[in-house]
Amino acid sequence: MTTAVATAARAMRRPARSRSLRPWYRNGTLVAGLVIVGLLLLAAVLAPLLTPFDPIEQDLQNALQSPSGSHWLGTDKYGRDVLTRLLYGARVDLRIGFLAVLIPFVVGSVLGALAGYFGGWFDVVVMRIVDVFFAFPFYVLVIVLVFVLGAGESSIYLAIAAVSWVSYAKIMRGELLVAKKQDYVVAARLGGMSHGRVLIRHITPNVLSQALIYAMSDIVMDIMAIVTLGYLGLGIAPPTAEWGSMILDGQEFITTQFLQATIPGLAVVVTSLGLSLLGDGLSDLLSPERRK
Amino acid sequence: MLDRLRFVPARLLQSVPVVFGVTVVVFFMVHLLPGNPALTILGQTATPDRVAALNTQLGLDKPLVDQYFIFLGRLFRGSLGDSLTYQRPVLELVLQAIPITLSLLVFALVLSLVISVPLAALAATAPGRGRDLAVRVFTLLGQGMPQFWVGIMLILLLGVKLRLFPVGGYGMTFGEHPYYLFLPALTLAIAMSPTTIRSLRASTINVLGSDYVGTARSKGAAGVSLFRGHVLRNAAIPTVSIIGVNLGYLVGGSLVIEKVFAIPGLGSLMINAIFTRDFPTIQAVALFVALFVIVVGILTDVVYTLIDPRVDLSSKERA
Repeated sequence: MTTAVATAARAMRRPARSRSLRPWYRNGTLVAGLVIVGLLLLAAVLAPLLTPFDPIEQDLQNALQSPSGSHWLGTDKYGRDVLTRLLYGARVDLRIGFLAVLIPFVVGSVLGALAGYFGGWFDVVVMRIVDVFFAFPFYVLVIVLVFVLGAGESSIYLAIAAVSWVSYAKIMRGELLVAKKQDYVVAARLGGMSHGRVLIRHITPNVLSQALIYAMSDIVMDIMAIVTLGYLGLGIAPPTAEWGSMILDGQEFITTQFLQATIPGLAVVVTSLGLSLLGDGLSDLLSPERRK
Repeated sequence: MLDRLRFVPARLLQSVPVVFGVTVVVFFMVHLLPGNPALTILGQTATPDRVAALNTQLGLDKPLVDQYFIFLGRLFRGSLGDSLTYQRPVLELVLQAIPITLSLLVFALVLSLVISVPLAALAATAPGRGRDLAVRVFTLLGQGMPQFWVGIMLILLLGVKLRLFPVGGYGMTFGEHPYYLFLPALTLAIAMSPTTIRSLRASTINVLGSDYVGTARSKGAAGVSLFRGHVLRNAAIPTVSIIGVNLGYLVGGSLVIEKVFAIPGLGSLMINAIFTRDFPTIQAVALFVALFVIVVGILTDVVYTLIDPRVDLSSKERA
């Protein structure tokens, strides 16, 4: 491959997507999302500094107290401070939610990109497998897989990975089907570049944004799944503070202490709200031409 | 009309490999259990005799490929094995539960349309204005709430505080069922509405800007009659496929919601089976739910073709 051809090919590389003209910090949706998610992450990280109580240690004499000066959100049936458990729960739910998207993001995107780019039998095989997994509702497979693999954090990662890679594969395959026909890709290939180089250096930076935007809503889905598993008693085992199992514990006292079941749910709502805004904001920023 | 449904046989044929794939996944569910599945299933009640008996019942003493074909052979004869808990054919249990889950889903679908259509219309007729933003906040919150938690909140509000609806169960008589199913159906409807509203809002805005709506307006159509006669049907077309996909998601959600409201449908059957390690039942529910999603996918394409004369799935382009 001559340098001249390579330079020509590089010159024909598709220009970076026309970004919206305003800088990112003027994008209200994005900033609101960043602030909410940032505050939540900060609260999770700083949990031990923010509260004087222990999330697990029981204090039965002070069980089921209403909100007061020392226990802002009251105490649960074991006398544990609800606010403290909420903060420590954020550590568990957010950590698993954010980490759980990594494997499916990488595996799904790579398989989908290869299927879309090369087509042929590989595409057929991958897409048939995707069809099969799509036939199972998310919760059905996750619940069964977590049960089969045994309750616990690593099972949750594996179960979510096994179920949610298909969405990334579908998105990236669609992106690649469009991208591989574009001039900048054709030019790069004609310039003599290898498939690998074209895929990694030229196509990936241009098509990854859709998968990234989807990842934001995927984190929400994963947190919902973790919380749901906790509520069903299949997720993170007690006494670890986790929002789903907190709701389960609180449901018992719904008539007398309704805050117990309400508050952890609200925490999930705020988290999803932040991530949804972040996703919408990213979408404005990365692919404005697709928004209406 | 029927002419346009020529694609259905081919579409059914396309589903065959997917259905086979589903049986493979359902089959291997047992084999992901660490160690000896029979031992794990029996747990503390395991004795060598019982393990051997269960091995034979599940066919676990044969090579894996043989086991799969035995499983498949039984499936073709309509046998899904016996429930380890109830000592009854799993098929009976599943067939008992299906009508309950199905009526819950249909009820939820109807309620979600009752919520979504007016809200989407409100938002689409004033994009960017106050009521559009209010609807957007509703969809954002609706998407962000865990379904089971919405159920608990509805129980708290409409069941415990206002005492309008029962807080659980399915009711004894046919007349009681809709009354008992209302809160769970509403829960699922709230979960399903945001995506429906978003899609319907976007397509309604498109339709409202079209020439034929302009013509209808100039001929004096306005308000509800304009909406019903000219806008809704056209705006609904893209939404149908969204609802189809959503229905699959809804099935998964309904399994958890049934547990919250103690409704004896497929979900309660599956969750209880998980806690009692009743593997044939778990497999059967997973199988039926997956088949349901595949059928809904085909039905969505049929409805899509029937309401939109421009769609022709029988053409070669699509196949």
